[in-house]
Amino acid sequence: MRQPLLQMNGITKSFGGISALRAVDLRVGAGEVHALLGENGAGKSTLLKILSGAQSPDAGEIYLLGAKATFNSPQDAQRSGIATIYQELTLVPGMSIAENIFLGREPGRASFVDWGRLVDEAQGLMSKVGLEKNPRILARDLSVAEQQLVEIARALSMKSKLIIMDEPTAALSNAEVDRLFDIVSGFRDEGLSVIFVTHRLEEVMRVCDRFTILRDGAFVCEGDVADTSIDAIIRHMVGREITAMQRRPAPAATERVVLRVENLSRRRGAEGLNAMALHDVCFEVRRGEILGIAGLVGSGRTETARAIFGADPFESGNIFIDGVSLRPTSPQDAIRRGIGLVPEDRKQQALFLSQSIRANLTVTAQDRVSRLGVFIDSGAEDTLIAEYRKLLRIRMLGPEQIVSDLSGGNQQKIVLARWLALGPKVLIVDEPTRGIDVGAKAEVHNLLFQMASTGIAIVVISSELPEVLAISDRIITMREGRVTGEVQADAANPEMLMALMTVDAVAA
Amino acid sequence: MAQVAAEAPVPKRQQIRPFNVVARFAPVLFLMVLMIGFSILEPRFLTPLNLFNVLRQVSIYGLLAIGMTFVILTAGIDLSIGSILALAGLVAAVVAKGGLDNRFSVGDGSAAMGFGWEVAALAAIGVGVAAGFVQGLAITRFKVPPFVVTLGGMSAFRGAALLFSGGGPVSGFDEAFVWWGQGKLGPVPVPVLIFVLFAVIAHITLSYTRYGRQIYAVGGNPEAARLAGLNVQKIILSVYVITGFFAGLGAFVLAARLNSAEAVAGTGFELTVIASVVIGGTSLFGGTGTIFGTVIGTVLIGVLLNGLVLLDVSAYVQQIIIGMIIVLAVAFDTFVKSRRRIL
Repeated sequence: MRQPLLQMNGITKSFGGISALRAVDLRVGAGEVHALLGENGAGKSTLLKILSGAQSPDAGEIYLLGAKATFNSPQDAQRSGIATIYQELTLVPGMSIAENIFLGREPGRASFVDWGRLVDEAQGLMSKVGLEKNPRILARDLSVAEQQLVEIARALSMKSKLIIMDEPTAALSNAEVDRLFDIVSGFRDEGLSVIFVTHRLEEVMRVCDRFTILRDGAFVCEGDVADTSIDAIIRHMVGREITAMQRRPAPAATERVVLRVENLSRRRGAEGLNAMALHDVCFEVRRGEILGIAGLVGSGRTETARAIFGADPFESGNIFIDGVSLRPTSPQDAIRRGIGLVPEDRKQQALFLSQSIRANLTVTAQDRVSRLGVFIDSGAEDTLIAEYRKLLRIRMLGPEQIVSDLSGGNQQKIVLARWLALGPKVLIVDEPTRGIDVGAKAEVHNLLFQMASTGIAIVVISSELPEVLAISDRIITMREGRVTGEVQADAANPEMLMALMTVDAVAA
Repeated sequence: MAQVAAEAPVPKRQQIRPFNVVARFAPVLFLMVLMIGFSILEPRFLTPLNLFNVLRQVSIYGLLAIGMTFVILTAGIDLSIGSILALAGLVAAVVAKGGLDNRFSVGDGSAAMGFGWEVAALAAIGVGVAAGFVQGLAITRFKVPPFVVTLGGMSAFRGAALLFSGGGPVSGFDEAFVWWGQGKLGPVPVPVLIFVLFAVIAHITLSYTRYGRQIYAVGGNPEAARLAGLNVQKIILSVYVITGFFAGLGAFVLAARLNSAEAVAGTGFELTVIASVVIGGTSLFGGTGTIFGTVIGTVLIGVLLNGLVLLDVSAYVQQIIIGMIIVLAVAFDTFVKSRRRIL
């Protein structure tokens, strides 16, 4: 290794008793492009937040050029020469390129901005990153790639020694990626270091010098990119022992296709998280089958689910339920045809947290618990709640208990019960066990098995490969809005899925 | 740190938390404290005559506050109710008088030229519902925030009322009309009965109907409500129709009580009404609140104003106090929310 610029030793961090990082080390040399790798939830983001001063570690030390550093705020880290470029760009849309580059550090005297100098200096930095634009153009009129270049110029203006880039290529075209890599290579020649987070492993091979791999919040290994291969990296990324996750008992799948999706496509939407484009997504699910969709965050798996459910619009493609076409314009349309969706973010998208179990559980099934179609029949409601409490073994005090007081596992059961009460044909479960402890995970898995055995066609989306492998009958993989592979679960292994999820040009 | 890990959250069971109990009954406690305080300071306060007086005074605010509770439960706001009330009251008055030309005529002969109180009341309510519907459409179809739409409505409906009336009052109704504002059943003023009746209906609607549940759901988490298959836009539209309904009803009762309607009626009502709802424990962030709380909040504001009048506190100071109370009530709500937040 060249002269070490950054050394992070034994970084440990936990949130509310759940440990996110356990004694993680990271060493980055001067003039080095360093890949930080790991699955979703491996701890990359937490580590970078600590490095950029957004969070402070519970234990561990950070050394910059051999001197101990403590960052209490992002400003501290910036002053020490560490700049971070987040995936969600942070430019002020209504300000010019020049103003954005020097935001809060405008050149001038006293409180007055020296506009001439501002524009001149911005121009200089922009030419360094190859941005051929008038510095007075507003940020909102730039493409994503151009905005990213402005952020890089801002990092350079701060005389940064280390630039962290969190999935910088996720939103770029191939030509834009090439340009970015040219700039990054230029940094290396000038002795600037870059920490590069990406899920595209071929990019690691192309542009990075060294890598560090994290898994489940722990350091796995580091090394030179030249001495390794994509296969080896994948092995290290997924190489955890599958901890006794119960496998699906004899599948009850039949031949009858309940849900068929043909060439589902949509352009990139405007709205943040659900903005991924989809390209010709095709798959089918049979009665009683559990189909797993494996893909990283941003692969289009959640977007696919939301499109089928009518939560987000799509441009083209066909959806069939029992052979009859469905073109949902709202969730009501999909629900009427027997589709249920357990969304990925339980608290933001599924629950009425400040309200009772009663209000939460029967929200979809009001027809079953009403009199004259108008009044709530609380007796019928009590019966329904008691039924699902027993069936799903929900640990609760009573129907009036506030949902936010329940554990994650029991909250998820409330959401599942909500759909079961409707007797769905298709249930799409996005991240069935996110934020749920190990014991409750097994319970939720068992519930999914039971539901499948009653004939419901189930689609499970999960970031956790062991989970997908254990509970699915069949698995499709997604990457960048496309289906990249399909395998029978008993013939699959994590390495194979990870390769389908992360590597371009898939070998069949 | 090691200690943090050791304190891993035990699965939370619902405990009786003293803080929550106090928070829940804070409006009732505050009302009791006020009443005891005023009784000690001013012997005239705690007499049946004065108390019925307070109730009669608050009943129109109360009707408006019932409607406002529906809107605030969906995390919305309606600033236009005072202006709608003025317009609806004028329309009712003109209907009852048989046209603007008879605006000052008095005596039974003049009343015969117009329609009966039934038609006048329906006209007032019709105006309110229509105004609410238009605003609801602007909010749901054109995605203009409720604050902006109803701020615009506040100005526009007031302007319409001034234009319609030419600025002057329309007064002098027949006895049957005036009874709705000034009459009594036994010792109880009629407006109080109307208030109680609609409070009961609203309570049943919110607590025991599917529609009521849907309002709480939309207010508690609109995205979750949408993904659970509720027609969120339709529900939001409906609550503005409801505030419009109550503004129209309130307009009729107020016109009857004053035996007059004018374009400046209801000025500043929105603030008092919002204060009543918020003090009653309905969260401006949506999803939590009750009609019972609103009734308590309304009475509380009425008692406060009545007590201040009896104590010879100036009207200017009263305004200052109402303004401060709104901010304090919301601060309290936010504080309770932050205490309840669970990781």
